[in-house]
Amino acid sequence: MTGSVGALVRGVWGSRSGRLGAVLSGLVVVAAVVSLVWTPYDPSRVDPAASWAPVGTAHWFGADRLGRDLFSQVLVGARTTLVVAVAATAIAAAVGVGLALLATLPPRLVAEGVAHLVDVLLAFPVLLLAMVLAAVYGGSRWTAIVAIGVGAGIGLGRVTRGEVRRVLGADYVLAARAAGAGTGRIVRRHVLPNIAPTVWVQLSLILGLSVLTEAALSYLGFGTPPPTPSWGRMLSELQPYLTLRPLTLLWPGLAVVLTVLGFNLLGDGLREAGDPRLRERPAGGSDGAPRTAAAATTPASTTPAPPAPAPMAAVAPTAGSAPRTRLRWVRGEGRA
Amino acid sequence: MLGWPWLPEWLGQPEWLGQPEWPERGGGPMAVIVLRRLGLLVVSLFVASLLVFALLRLLPGDAADVLAGTSASPDQVLRIRHEIGADRSLPAQYLHWIGGVLTGDFGVSALSGASVSAELSEKLRVTAPLVGGATLLALAVAVPLGILAAARHRRASGVALSALSQLGLAVPAFWIGLMLVTVFAVDWRLLPAGGFPADGWADPVAAVRALVLPAVTLAVVEAAVLLRFVRSATLEVLHADFIRTARSKGLTRGQALRRHGIRNAALPVVSMLGLEFATLLLGAVVVENVFALPGLGEMLVADIGNRDLVKVQGTVLLVTAAVLVVGFGVDLAHRLLDPRLRGAR
Repeated sequence: MTGSVGALVRGVWGSRSGRLGAVLSGLVVVAAVVSLVWTPYDPSRVDPAASWAPVGTAHWFGADRLGRDLFSQVLVGARTTLVVAVAATAIAAAVGVGLALLATLPPRLVAEGVAHLVDVLLAFPVLLLAMVLAAVYGGSRWTAIVAIGVGAGIGLGRVTRGEVRRVLGADYVLAARAAGAGTGRIVRRHVLPNIAPTVWVQLSLILGLSVLTEAALSYLGFGTPPPTPSWGRMLSELQPYLTLRPLTLLWPGLAVVLTVLGFNLLGDGLREAGDPRLRERPAGGSDGAPRTAAAATTPASTTPAPPAPAPMAAVAPTAGSAPRTRLRWVRGEGRA
Repeated sequence: MLGWPWLPEWLGQPEWLGQPEWPERGGGPMAVIVLRRLGLLVVSLFVASLLVFALLRLLPGDAADVLAGTSASPDQVLRIRHEIGADRSLPAQYLHWIGGVLTGDFGVSALSGASVSAELSEKLRVTAPLVGGATLLALAVAVPLGILAAARHRRASGVALSALSQLGLAVPAFWIGLMLVTVFAVDWRLLPAGGFPADGWADPVAAVRALVLPAVTLAVVEAAVLLRFVRSATLEVLHADFIRTARSKGLTRGQALRRHGIRNAALPVVSMLGLEFATLLLGAVVVENVFALPGLGEMLVADIGNRDLVKVQGTVLLVTAAVLVVGFGVDLAHRLLDPRLRGAR
């Protein structure tokens, strides 16, 4: 397992978007960690003398009307954002994979019911859910986390359901079942490892989505309450002075953009690392790869090829890590 | 129906869209399929209404407490509760509410006593043009640029377009709005920074001018999503066998793309538009607050602050129902347009 993780990291680092994404995401994490031990000023300290202090050595990003240091606020905002994003994504992972399994494993009637329910719930937008929760419990970090996590988890469940179904329909699962493996074992040994690449990509995109949603929620006043700094609320606090100090609005906005960009690019990198067929494509995009291109001649792949109906003869001999070597020929021969 | 910026990432493989969502249960003639989908829509609407109703019943206390204020005696609260029907059983309350909704009556606001239906339709006069305008703008920008990005995907211009859309996906809509206001309203004084004429559409020019910046704001984000999707749909088509056939009979790449490619790439894009409708509506909620537009979103935020349960309930149901109905319509259109799907599900 550690070997495949190492290879995944190398794969992400090897793709151009993955490397940029990793650097940007790393910057945000560093900012959040640094804010734990050091900020130039107390982000909530009011200093009338520094009101609207310009960008300079004293205040790197300037100061707001109350003289609060904007750089310190952005640093602590990174922490607020990361906590919400990571917690929401963790909830999304549990909800999403759980729903996907519930929509495939139980008897047909139950599974289809869950599947339909997921489709209905998808029409219920996350931002609305968060706002309704804020209406009920008052806006806080937790209502945002739960709403984003559950909402994104439902979306994830919808994607993962297809993947789970594809894996369950594979010949190696039939073989495992014939060999006497129970549902739990099939889920652990075959389903989860094989849907993992898709899920990881989705989760990194959900991270970016959580950052955006958190920013929108705190901008609207339904997110993290004061005095904890958050990028969205900084923007709503600075908006009245837009005409006088437009530059101050640049910093929190840029922080959001770079963070989301980082997570999204990381997702692209993860996908490229997990899908050997995307390796040879030129930079700038990973979507729309020719479905039948047998580009799987790069031997570095250790994550399984996604269960797209590519010619298995081309993929099978090269795509396989130690734990999946055993399945490789089953899959390849089964399809041939 | 998902309405996520990252949706095209995974649904972006057009082959995904064409696939039945769950196990096939017989095809049959088109009418049967339409009826089945219609039945599904009705069930979905019912579940959505139950959800909205249940979610807002989690609220500690009820509308009567809000109406009566903090200084009311328990007797007064009880009387108000009876007046607005909050003392009845939950199923009775739901039936009363949903019965009204079905006849177009969303109840009355707990605070102002005004009819919610009237307010909703008034607010829609701002929100609907905003969303519609943003969709048209986004399409006008994203479709040509997306095709260009695909046709030139190996060249610098194509890569630059992809990078631009990647950037557009990462920008919060309200921040784009703020930046646009800085440039167009504050620096250049071309357009109003916010607000809407008090007499609504009586002065169409003023109304349209008020909607330009919000619509552009919404369209920027939407165009980024669409561009990516159009690009991937076109790329997919470029590698299709029928394009190779067209090339082999002597058409240039551009001709083949124009005659055969675009038509085939358009189908998934139509589906995508339907799925993106929810994003647009929600984007409108935020953008209306940036520009102080008196639309649905602005009202919703104010109502949540006021705990005006009946209005929140009505607005959320309306938005969810709109998303479901548009999804149904797009699904149907897709089936009608694509003969390969007529037999499916």
